[in-house]
Amino acid sequence: MTLIQTKDMTVRLGGHVALRNVDFSIAPKEIVTIVGPNGSGKSTLLKALIGAVKPEAGSITRQNDLRIGYVPQKLHIDQTLPITAKRFLCLPTRRNDNDIAAALARVGAHDLLDKQMSALSGGQFQRVLLARALLEKPELLILDEPTTGLDQPGSAALYRLIADLRDELGAAILMVSHELHVVMSASDRVICLNGHVCCHGTPDIVASAPEYRALFGTGTQGALALYRHDHDHSHDHAPKDDTTDKNTDETSCDEGCC
Amino acid sequence: MLDDFLIRATLAGIGVALAAAPLGCFVVWRRMAYFGDATSHAAILGIALSFALSISVFTGALAIALIMAVTVSILSGRGYAMDTLLGVMAHSALALGLVAVSFLPHVRLDLMGYLFGDILAVSKNDLIVIWGGAALVISLMAYRWSALLTATLNDDLARASGIDPRREQLILTVCLAVVVAVAIKVVGVLLIVAMLIIPSAAARPLARNPESMALIAAALGALSAILGLRMSYVHDTPAGPSIVCVAAGLFVSALILGRVRASFS
Repeated sequence: MTLIQTKDMTVRLGGHVALRNVDFSIAPKEIVTIVGPNGSGKSTLLKALIGAVKPEAGSITRQNDLRIGYVPQKLHIDQTLPITAKRFLCLPTRRNDNDIAAALARVGAHDLLDKQMSALSGGQFQRVLLARALLEKPELLILDEPTTGLDQPGSAALYRLIADLRDELGAAILMVSHELHVVMSASDRVICLNGHVCCHGTPDIVASAPEYRALFGTGTQGALALYRHDHDHSHDHAPKDDTTDKNTDETSCDEGCC
Repeated sequence: MLDDFLIRATLAGIGVALAAAPLGCFVVWRRMAYFGDATSHAAILGIALSFALSISVFTGALAIALIMAVTVSILSGRGYAMDTLLGVMAHSALALGLVAVSFLPHVRLDLMGYLFGDILAVSKNDLIVIWGGAALVISLMAYRWSALLTATLNDDLARASGIDPRREQLILTVCLAVVVAVAIKVVGVLLIVAMLIIPSAAARPLARNPESMALIAAALGALSAILGLRMSYVHDTPAGPSIVCVAAGLFVSALILGRVRASFS
């Protein structure tokens, strides 16, 4: 059983092929993280899933009446537009005050109710966006680079919140990460995308190893994990520099496929 | 009562101010000021055409404004350098309209009246057109308010909620053409954008939510029309520009008031 599924999907954006032959699916309560370099089609995949762009070929199948909570990558609210967090949460559907208060409290932002959206910090803004998605009572929560602009403890706190929400709501979670190797440790699957699905697998939970703790810091309480890229196919990328030793796996990912 | 030209003028000014307020807010939020210029300047061409074809000025101006607004709306999605493109279109349309007028030697056209408005010559029929247009724009915007706001915040957020941002853009475009067509008589094509933007910009520092900004803009716009006409009557100044001058004065006052309030809170 899947909530949403694509088969052999190809998406063209303004002349160039952004995604080709993508097979993707997500099951209820699953946490899937998509990684990939800039311009690899991560955001395009999310937009295709919410129906904002139409695939040129292939198919998207959604479960009937699937409720999707969507948190966009960046949302710039113009200084000329006055709007409080409360009013923002009522767009486009009006919500009752109790639900709004509960959603804001759940994401730790109860004090932002009457604040102007343009006055919020990056982390506060993300929490309000998350609260808005929660008000949809989603079966699938889609987040586009939710940790952009947050420091590592901030990212870790957001990841812990998302993992808790999965358990409370029973919702599946699909998120895009701009980091290639460091992902949310609760991810069931990681998909590496670069125009097509390069590789997919499970993240390594490494929080206990001292060398990784040194890397991730101690404040993350196991919220972060490492994803090792294991490619099942090769690319005909021209070598950029002959002097670099061409090894496999992780490092080739940065300049080769991913 | 409507036999008094000053009362007719005041009602015309208030009608335009009420329709321009909510639309003007979107023009400010979406940074569409140049878009408004292009649409309103093109209306001069519509006026020339309406004389050539012997149709009403309102119909001619509305038709050309609609064509211009839709053209600009389509081009805006194509990634051109918009300010340059709109600058080209706005002023070409205005120049073309002025040249077209000169080809109509048998028509005595009061060009100044269309460039700067002729609110004191508003007839009862004009009042019906202005208030009809205003009612259309206000009800259309009230009906689509939430969707328009969501689409203004973010295209993807709108699409995820089942709102088509292009349709909302088209609604704003049509409203803009209607406001331009009804406002020509009141402030003229050169000052229409002023009636859209200045009351909204003045309302910004006084508002905490989009709805209150639109309501305050409507009040300030109506106040500008009333005080502007009064000033015009007392000091014998041109009516349209007087209304805009009062609006500009209100804008400066609102700005200062907003600053003072911010420094005390």
